[in-house]
Amino acid sequence: MPNDLRELYQKVILDHGRTPRNFRRPAHPTCRAEGNNPMCGDALSVFLVLDDRGVIEDAAFEGQGCAISLASASLMTETLKGMTRAEAERLFEAFHSLCTHTDAEPALPEGSADPLTRLSVFAGVRAFPIRAKCATLPWQTMKAALAGETEARSK
Amino acid sequence: MSIITPVTRLESPAVKADALDARRLRDDFPIFAQSVNGHRLVYLDSAASAQKPRAVLDAMRDAYETGYANVHRGVHTLSQRATEAFEGARRKVARFINAASADEIVFVRGATEAINLVASTFGRSLRAGDEVVLSELEHHANIVPWQMLREERGIVLKIAPIDDTGTLSLDRFAALLSPRTRMVAMTHASNALGTITPIAEIIRLAHDAGALVLVDGCQAVPHAPVDVQAIGADFYAFSSHKLYGPTGIGVLWGRAAELNALPPYQGGGEMILSVTWERTTYKKAPHRFEAGTPPIVEAIGLGAAIDYLQEIGLGPIQAHEQGLLAYATQRLSALPRLRIVGTAERKAAIVSFVLEGVHPHDIGTILDQKGVAIRAGHHCAQPLMHRLGLPATARVSFGLYNTMDDIDKLVDGLHMVMELFD
Repeated sequence: MPNDLRELYQKVILDHGRTPRNFRRPAHPTCRAEGNNPMCGDALSVFLVLDDRGVIEDAAFEGQGCAISLASASLMTETLKGMTRAEAERLFEAFHSLCTHTDAEPALPEGSADPLTRLSVFAGVRAFPIRAKCATLPWQTMKAALAGETEARSK
Repeated sequence: MSIITPVTRLESPAVKADALDARRLRDDFPIFAQSVNGHRLVYLDSAASAQKPRAVLDAMRDAYETGYANVHRGVHTLSQRATEAFEGARRKVARFINAASADEIVFVRGATEAINLVASTFGRSLRAGDEVVLSELEHHANIVPWQMLREERGIVLKIAPIDDTGTLSLDRFAALLSPRTRMVAMTHASNALGTITPIAEIIRLAHDAGALVLVDGCQAVPHAPVDVQAIGADFYAFSSHKLYGPTGIGVLWGRAAELNALPPYQGGGEMILSVTWERTTYKKAPHRFEAGTPPIVEAIGLGAAIDYLQEIGLGPIQAHEQGLLAYATQRLSALPRLRIVGTAERKAAIVSFVLEGVHPHDIGTILDQKGVAIRAGHHCAQPLMHRLGLPATARVSFGLYNTMDDIDKLVDGLHMVMELFD
């Protein structure tokens, strides 16, 4: 088995891809958005429940996609809970550069190290640029939902 | 009767391989000289675009180096040489599909433009309530232009259904025809499933109803001899790049009477007889539809591709590919948790499949690491995928350069996929 593939399909990713967490639709989401990748037809909805102070109480998603996109959405929803809007947006930037920067050690913004450690399993997509979109689509959708938009499209 | 005839399923792969020597033909394609991700390239995506033989590349280089100028306007030697080569390519295309005359061959950018050309010119004669019949097998290229026409003119689209094997039902197609049916636009072979449609019967039924028929032949012409007059079509569209020729050029064939009944498509140079401020008159087909400088060298490349294919023979290519299809079907069916999508009796050399618990994109990425190139996704046929209840499939498609060994490599790769996702 080639190393790049082992790096891409780590156990955590395969596990979350097979049995995604928070794969549901909350009764009263504060905001939601749809994410579509027109190239491959992947589609998902991200739901967020924020409390009065703007803290993410609940995050969930529904949809269909490959192992990478499902695992990314699953881990994202787990990671977001308890974060403020600003923290979630910072983490989006950090995750985006984790997936797309081709340098060995991408420069990450301050203060994002902790939650990002868990997400670092996605660094393997850097070797597969065409698959980076799969990992980032749930995050772009989340960002769109926070911004009050209803739709995100992967670039 | 139908032109793509099902080839008798031969029993042993060794016998099938005799139809032509794919191993030797592979050497005609420079792309196979390289390794991909450390492996011999196993290219199973010819339905998306076929690789190019050296003969095509040489013809195009030669045209640029020794015979290039604009066509149809210069009195000088190079222009005459280029015009002769360009029009010679048109005659080759005409012979290739048995058109009555080279004047029935319109060069366009690809099958997509060919269909858009018919939709937008023939479409001008359509009125609200007129009907166009498509099928569930269609590629987006043969759906969206008609939907645009529906928005513009209020026409009605009727969709001929398939069954769960991906086979088109002739009876249910016939039931859609009415006195308001003006056009039937139908694929000859499905790019997503491989299904070959009973196109000659469809055309006969459509003509009985008074409708014209446009055939999307993209996945038919590379795989079997096609005779547009024998099937009785009115328009036939295909792309060069799926036929081992260059990108940027395709063909719209139309019966001369039908072509000359259409209004012009784009306006410009090359398509006019004379222009004054008061009145402009147009040439007849094909030049009426070829405004501007055409893809000259691409046409020459397409002509070279046709020469190359005819030297091998479409019959032997068809027999070879049907052998590959049978062997792939047999090997893939034997894999646990794998389901072939599209099991029509008559298929072009295309196999779509899904693997339980593994998304097609993951299959595609993993196979690519083994040098095996396949397509994963909706294959530009989202309504078909919706009909089948699938977001996507993995698809392997064969060309004349594929071998039984390629299929073994594919199956080895799928074992690795299953191991990783176990």
